Amino acid sequence: MKYFKLLRVSLFRKKIRTLLTILSFAFAMLLFGLLVIIRLGFNQGLEVAGADRLFVMNRVTFVQPLPMSYGNQISQIHGVKLVTYASWFGGFYQVERNQFPQFAIDMETWRKMYPEFKLSDAEWKAFVEDREGAIVGSGTAKRFGWKVGDRIPLIGTAFPGTWQFNVRGIYTGTRPQDDITQFWFPWDRLNEAVPSGNFWKDSPGWYVVRLTSQDEAVNVIKKIDQTFANSSAETKTDTESAFMAGFINQMGNIQLILMAVGGVVFFTLLLVTGNTMSTAVRERTPELAILKALGYSNVFILFYVLAESISIAFVGGTIGIGFAKLISMGGSPVPSMMPLWYLPMTEVLYGMLIAITIGAVAGLIPAVSASRLRVVEALRKV
Amino acid sequence: MVRVDGRGDANSLISVRNLGKVFRRGSELIHVLEGLNLDVDSGDFVAFMGPSGSGKTTLLNLLGGLDVPTTGSVRVSGDEISSMSGGKLTSWRARHVGFVFQTFNLIPVLTAFQNVELPLLLTSLSKAERRKHVEAALSLVGLADRMKHYPRQLSGGQEQRVSIARAIVTDPNFLLCDEPTGDLDRKSADEVLDLLSRLVTERKKTLLLVTHDPVAAERAAYVLHLNKGVLEEAQVAGGRA
Repeated sequence: MKYFKLLRVSLFRKKIRTLLTILSFAFAMLLFGLLVIIRLGFNQGLEVAGADRLFVMNRVTFVQPLPMSYGNQISQIHGVKLVTYASWFGGFYQVERNQFPQFAIDMETWRKMYPEFKLSDAEWKAFVEDREGAIVGSGTAKRFGWKVGDRIPLIGTAFPGTWQFNVRGIYTGTRPQDDITQFWFPWDRLNEAVPSGNFWKDSPGWYVVRLTSQDEAVNVIKKIDQTFANSSAETKTDTESAFMAGFINQMGNIQLILMAVGGVVFFTLLLVTGNTMSTAVRERTPELAILKALGYSNVFILFYVLAESISIAFVGGTIGIGFAKLISMGGSPVPSMMPLWYLPMTEVLYGMLIAITIGAVAGLIPAVSASRLRVVEALRKV
Repeated sequence: MVRVDGRGDANSLISVRNLGKVFRRGSELIHVLEGLNLDVDSGDFVAFMGPSGSGKTTLLNLLGGLDVPTTGSVRVSGDEISSMSGGKLTSWRARHVGFVFQTFNLIPVLTAFQNVELPLLLTSLSKAERRKHVEAALSLVGLADRMKHYPRQLSGGQEQRVSIARAIVTDPNFLLCDEPTGDLDRKSADEVLDLLSRLVTERKKTLLLVTHDPVAAERAAYVLHLNKGVLEEAQVAGGRA
């Protein structure tokens, strides 16, 4: 503690330089935080994917339906515990940019398939009893200011027309990464509205299968796809996480792009801080020599310079990642594109660790050279 | 008593035998000191004079453990410092030597008080004890009222007095002063020399002074001339010490 004063005066000797270096760290860590938020947003499906759930879709494309009869056949396969189905509605609220996921769901099985979504039994009952009922995720409800009892018109795109819904319940997630932006309404209502002869008639968009055990996944996947091989609607079955990963990959290798951006930023930061610390040490060579002449050891000088570098990193990192955390708490600025918008504390701590490590690495070379300083030679430079 | 013939007794505070220092400049070897002997008793005030490049500062650095000799030995208070490792030498310096440099070498962002406190941070003294020591040292050099001043707020003479306070605050065995008046005007230089003389007479400090200034050298009890790496016979100066 008695050396803290020494550290403090060293840090604020060149206030502008220290401030700029702290700001470099702050902006870099803010960027890191935002990249993490975006990565988690893109990986939302992977984060929430149930390990014991399979996703069954049309082999040709996601937008081709599957026959209703498949549900019964899938449920007969050994290792299958539960089957549900749903269809994508694809509408918007008032204006086209107000988009969010809307699913026509099978009311009997959907809630059992997704226990991570919470809502009261009374709300669910009211939903089941209302042909025009809908359940809304708390995120979407908050976004548009909806509450239970509101009548909501959605404009259909794949299923044209204005569809009126009564909000009968608002669900929440049990984990921060759960998608709380979905909108559910009865599949039967959608099906009734589809004219006979339309390929969506009596045909769900996809099936979701719950396994009796995770270990059954390989066998069940194989069995489902074999069952419907050479039919008019062949299936493509995968684990929920694999499906989500494939979906994400359609947008390109987001992870790689984010890592590349982050890597460049951190490397630049390393150079900036390293340069700052080298300059600071160079300027103070005679002072460091005096400290050594007075009896301060090489190890002390090493940690003294390192502590300076790490302090800058710590302060800048805290400001940056703290600001990113605040931004994450404000909700997604692009909810239709990226409904999941959060920064977990583990990532905050991870960010701090990165900042401190960069501070230490950047300060290491100047610190070592300062500690190896030869007093006599350094004093000659005075 | 100061001797340069290598026949000093075992009670000498500083005992140097066959001291040699060679520097390498490219492929050239420069013999700065050769076979130098020196004995200094506790409480002596010795001035080293000589032309530039004669090895005065090098000798002072070797005596203060800032540098290590190429040959020979340096024994201070019974400690053979010429064979000490870097770490040991560092802690030895902290306990035994006070340095005063020509350019003061105060840390500009620390106050006079904080500069003087620097050597005490290495000790186990409490904050209150450190304060007591620092205040005593600054009072001794006549700067009790300048404790909170930064070096830039002090005159050259005052800065040097702060650096003397820093040198004596740990109560070291001896002080090494390298041209302490070199950057000062005559009046300030005299004040600093008065102070150094008082440290010898009143505080019984051993003081080794490197100087080009004959007036400064006059203050010493002994003046030694270093010429081409060799110390000439000691002579008792007409100093006031």
